[in-house]
Amino acid sequence: MKVLVAMSGGVDSSVAAAELIAQGHEVVGVTMRLWGGESDTGCCSVSDVDDARRVAQQLGIDHLVFNFQDDFDAKVVNPYVSAHVDGLTPNPCIECNRHLKFDRLSERARLLGFDAVATGHHARIEPDDDGLLRVTRGADAAKDQSYVVHMLDEQELGYTLFPVGGMTKAEVRERASRLGLRTAAKPDSQDVCFISRTGGRESFLGKRIEFRSAPVVDAAGNETGRVEAVELVTIGQRKGLGLAGGSPKKYVVDVDPRVPLVRVGDEHELLCDSLEIADVVWAHQSDIDRLSRVGDVLVQSSAHGEAKPAVAVPLPNGRVAVRWLEAQRRIAPGQSVVLYDVTNNWVIAGGIACAG
Amino acid sequence: MPVYLDHAASTPMREVAIEAMRPFLDTTYANPAGAHRFARRARKAVDEARDEIAQAIGCDPGEVIFTGGGTEADNATILGATRMHGGVAVCSAAEHHAVLHCVEHTRGPIVGTTATGSIDLEHLERVLRDRSIDISVVSVMAVNNEVGTITPMRKVAALVREHRPNAILHCDAVQAACWLDLREVSPLVDSIALSAHKFGGPKGVGVMTLSGGKRVEPLILGGGQERDRRSGTHNVPGIVAAAAALRATDAERASEVARLGVLSRQLEQGIVEKVGEATVTVPADQRVPGVIHMCFSGVESEALLFLLDEADVCASAASACASGAMSPSHVLAAMGVSNSLIRGALRMSIGHTTTQDDIDRAIDVVSSAVLRLRAR
Repeated sequence: MKVLVAMSGGVDSSVAAAELIAQGHEVVGVTMRLWGGESDTGCCSVSDVDDARRVAQQLGIDHLVFNFQDDFDAKVVNPYVSAHVDGLTPNPCIECNRHLKFDRLSERARLLGFDAVATGHHARIEPDDDGLLRVTRGADAAKDQSYVVHMLDEQELGYTLFPVGGMTKAEVRERASRLGLRTAAKPDSQDVCFISRTGGRESFLGKRIEFRSAPVVDAAGNETGRVEAVELVTIGQRKGLGLAGGSPKKYVVDVDPRVPLVRVGDEHELLCDSLEIADVVWAHQSDIDRLSRVGDVLVQSSAHGEAKPAVAVPLPNGRVAVRWLEAQRRIAPGQSVVLYDVTNNWVIAGGIACAG
Repeated sequence: MPVYLDHAASTPMREVAIEAMRPFLDTTYANPAGAHRFARRARKAVDEARDEIAQAIGCDPGEVIFTGGGTEADNATILGATRMHGGVAVCSAAEHHAVLHCVEHTRGPIVGTTATGSIDLEHLERVLRDRSIDISVVSVMAVNNEVGTITPMRKVAALVREHRPNAILHCDAVQAACWLDLREVSPLVDSIALSAHKFGGPKGVGVMTLSGGKRVEPLILGGGQERDRRSGTHNVPGIVAAAAALRATDAERASEVARLGVLSRQLEQGIVEKVGEATVTVPADQRVPGVIHMCFSGVESEALLFLLDEADVCASAASACASGAMSPSHVLAAMGVSNSLIRGALRMSIGHTTTQDDIDRAIDVVSSAVLRLRAR
């Protein structure tokens, strides 16, 4: 096959490229230029592109750079900013996968005659018991990234390869070092690429939106503190709320950016037994019917969080209602929520947590 | 053999230039500033190269300064002028970044361009008339590197001389050497920048000229070479090869302009006929034969270049940033080209090695790639 492999300059995508070559595919590497603004996180930097190019040279494959800065701004950065204005907690890395890697890049790859797109994600694409392809958890449980690539639909599942999904991280590094790849010992990227480590989210958003100060009130409506930027407050947060010291622990249980207002309460007020998910992407359309009959699922709501048992019910409006078997802490609106099968192996669907 | 349509980025070295530099890589290795026979031999070669280059430019050999490339020549003149005389530099928005970024660095005004990429003379005149701006240097390219537009240098010079007789008029002639007789450009301006690898010489060698009465602060200090105007040991093989390449370019220019003019029109018309909807950025009578620039709506340059590369045709779109990513062209933006057309830009540049076969194949490959990308 002719495969276009997205090379970020990290060790996983380096080994993904090497693995595809070893499997006998015709491989071309590409680095996407996404963020054009300031950054000190290293991601998308010239030195990362250098690493990707040097690895490609070592492996003897062509390396391209695609400039997707405009799409990244339009599909990832601007929505990230406006989500904060709306009081949501977005996950930009997931939106980047959704709109850039598995849409813009795969569309470009199809146009150029490639048979598949590959990335270095720690996830697998395997047939389930019914023979349907599904995003499947990676072999390395600690590094599993099926949550962040959950949005692959039928079309993309058949067009995507995750060559290192069957390896542990240690095996990936071992293979890189055996091949003498310069990225073998390169640390994993941790941060959102367009948010600087020094300035953080506050400095990034502060340059783009006007923060609104908001009162922090308790259940009775009494003002107990104040925040300088309601846009930076997340459900479950308990620091930086201007609350008097020594008082019992309080958590943000509600953020209303329209008023604006932040409500705090005790930990138990965070618990809830249901959740609604919008913008749902189904691995297979047949899952909607199947889930309508038997809704037992495991639900994961953060990149490395535990998947918790629940019953999921597809709603006529396209959303999915999730009813937890045991009450859970509320999930901040805007977060991605992914449904796995009861064996905790296969992705069934994923979407965005709704407010309220 | 690939069809090489990227001569404006770098044209293949001429055989005479390769032959000329060989002895200076091999046996005549001495530093020309030395006090022995080897050094004198190298010195003689540099002196002769300087004479030849001066002859091709139409200036005095004492006005020729060797640099490490065209970018350095532009920087040395523009920044050197503002450092020595104060004030700011002026240029048009379609200049090469080697000029544009220098002018921006001096916080000088950027003049608009016409729809074909030439400096807007009315705007230039308004800036030159504005006495609140202290202008020490005006920089205008003879030929645009992306779209090939020829600047009416005579008109530019007349305006600058009339309104700013003391300013240095600098001409980035990096893309002009193959197409314009430099002897007609040099009397109009005070300084010229050339880059050897654009006319069949090696990379890393540039020429700047500075006419007798004008002075700029040197950019590079050190051993005082080039009459204290540019320090650093002479790149003897590079300088000798640059001279040989410029001599050959100068000798062949008239016939090459005619030959490549025909091929250039064929390429342009051939593609337009086959793909239907294609926008020719600059009409042939306003550009050099070497640069054929077109925009294809509904096509993305990155995708087009990939398909061309796969079919062994080497072309370009706009300048690349440090990462190698293609940046949207500032030249086309300055010309007022719409964003959708800028995204589908293609620059094909031809030169001394281009053949009729190259053109025939390029027409086929480019048009079928455009049609394929539009079909999806």
